[in-house]
Amino acid sequence: MHFNRTAAIVLRQYYLIRGSLSRVLPLFVWVAVDMVLWGFITRYLNTMAPSGFDFIPMLLGAVLLWDFLVRVMQGVTIAFFEDVWSRNFLNIFATPLSIAEYLIGLVLSSIATSLVGLIVMLVLATTLFGLSFFSYGIVLVPFLLVLFLFGIALGIFSSAVVLRLGPASEWFIWPIPALISPFAGVFYPLATLPGWMIYISYLLPPSYVFEGLRTIISGGIVSVSTLLWGGCLAVFYILLACWFFARMHAHAVHTGLIARYSAETVS
Amino acid sequence: MEKVLSVVQLSKHYRDIIAVDGISFHVGHNEIVGLLGPNGAGKTTTINMILGVLQPTSGSIIIEGVNIQPHRSRALKNTNFQAVYAPLPGNLTVFENLHVFGLLYGVRNLRERIGALLKQFELEPFRNVKCGVLSSGEQTRLSLAKAMLNRPHLLLLDEPTASLDPAAAREIRAKILEFVAQDTGGVLWTSHNMYEVEEVCDRVLFLSHGRILLAGNPKTLAHEHGKKSLEELFISVAREPLALGAG
Repeated sequence: MHFNRTAAIVLRQYYLIRGSLSRVLPLFVWVAVDMVLWGFITRYLNTMAPSGFDFIPMLLGAVLLWDFLVRVMQGVTIAFFEDVWSRNFLNIFATPLSIAEYLIGLVLSSIATSLVGLIVMLVLATTLFGLSFFSYGIVLVPFLLVLFLFGIALGIFSSAVVLRLGPASEWFIWPIPALISPFAGVFYPLATLPGWMIYISYLLPPSYVFEGLRTIISGGIVSVSTLLWGGCLAVFYILLACWFFARMHAHAVHTGLIARYSAETVS
Repeated sequence: MEKVLSVVQLSKHYRDIIAVDGISFHVGHNEIVGLLGPNGAGKTTTINMILGVLQPTSGSIIIEGVNIQPHRSRALKNTNFQAVYAPLPGNLTVFENLHVFGLLYGVRNLRERIGALLKQFELEPFRNVKCGVLSSGEQTRLSLAKAMLNRPHLLLLDEPTASLDPAAAREIRAKILEFVAQDTGGVLWTSHNMYEVEEVCDRVLFLSHGRILLAGNPKTLAHEHGKKSLEELFISVAREPLALGAG
């Protein structure tokens, strides 16, 4: 493992972002819009709630955490897409760079870009809508960690799909978080779902986070073993996604797709 | 002559299509070997396999004693390439591209090396210019600067002068010859310009239908096969490979 090669991937992303408004704005604009929109919705719901129930930590907090996961995933995929968009695979994969170094570079890029989004969301949610993250306690740290790990897994998996299916398959990637969110119980308890959906939810690390979030808000205590299980699942998915990416890369090297990527298929 | 590249019984099959059919050759230090042949002969496929971006069906590629299949990163550390179909990302500047690729190749004293290459390839005025707006000639010079970042022991050039006017092409040839004379690198060079090949190559390999048909000195090979020029020999290889030993 050579740190220089991983640093090159991060540096490339830094160079691209610093010189491009169209790359800087998406780091925080959409999450800021989400915070404002959901902030006002929760404020309105609070006025409707007869018992004085506070929707802000439940709804706005859930939106913030979900947006964080999406930003992490997109941090990985967009760093990968930069090579797709600039047709750079031949140049980059003909260097001594290993797949592990490349993926770590994508992950480090994602950490930096998703942190920007997270900070903007935290600032807006606390200053404009009074969301206090101290109310969640220290358990917020493992919550964020589990979501971060699962976001990384989704990002690597999505990149592998595009590596296998070609540039046009980018379309498959953007809706993935939306497809997962009903099963993850972002806005409602898993018990709301029909039985078959609950079984799928148990396989998704974010569902443990959002169930935990609701448990804390309702005054309960999140079990450590539940969070640990969510974390273990997320790590398992990262390993699975890395294996899948390595397989897709091996396929692309076997078929010659790396060298003729714009053709989308070599068959 | 010590070998920088050894290719042994290299083949690439795509289902029932044979792109490269058991070729063997070597490139020595300070040697320029021309890989010639008509379109579809298997030149780029061979180069892609040497670069590790295409897996051979069989055979081995050894770069300075390191087999590329199990030791890809080690073998490619002292290898680099330039190809007209692989321009550097147009959304980064000249310096940024060289910086990123310098890190990928583990170049020491990178900033000084980039400075020297910008000077050598007359790219200093374009240091902070996005690569996408460079002319063909400037992009070729930049690709060559990238290819020489790590002072490669093996340099693969796939039609390096294909999109250049004769004056620019001559300049590029001079830069490559300078590299071979100064360092210990060996070069595998593909080109369709037979005058260029005759001028720069120490040895040529004629490829047709994935096989090496002829090999020898570009200055004498044509006469050895009863042809007036290398270009005439090239046309014969392209049109009548069977007459020259294929099949």
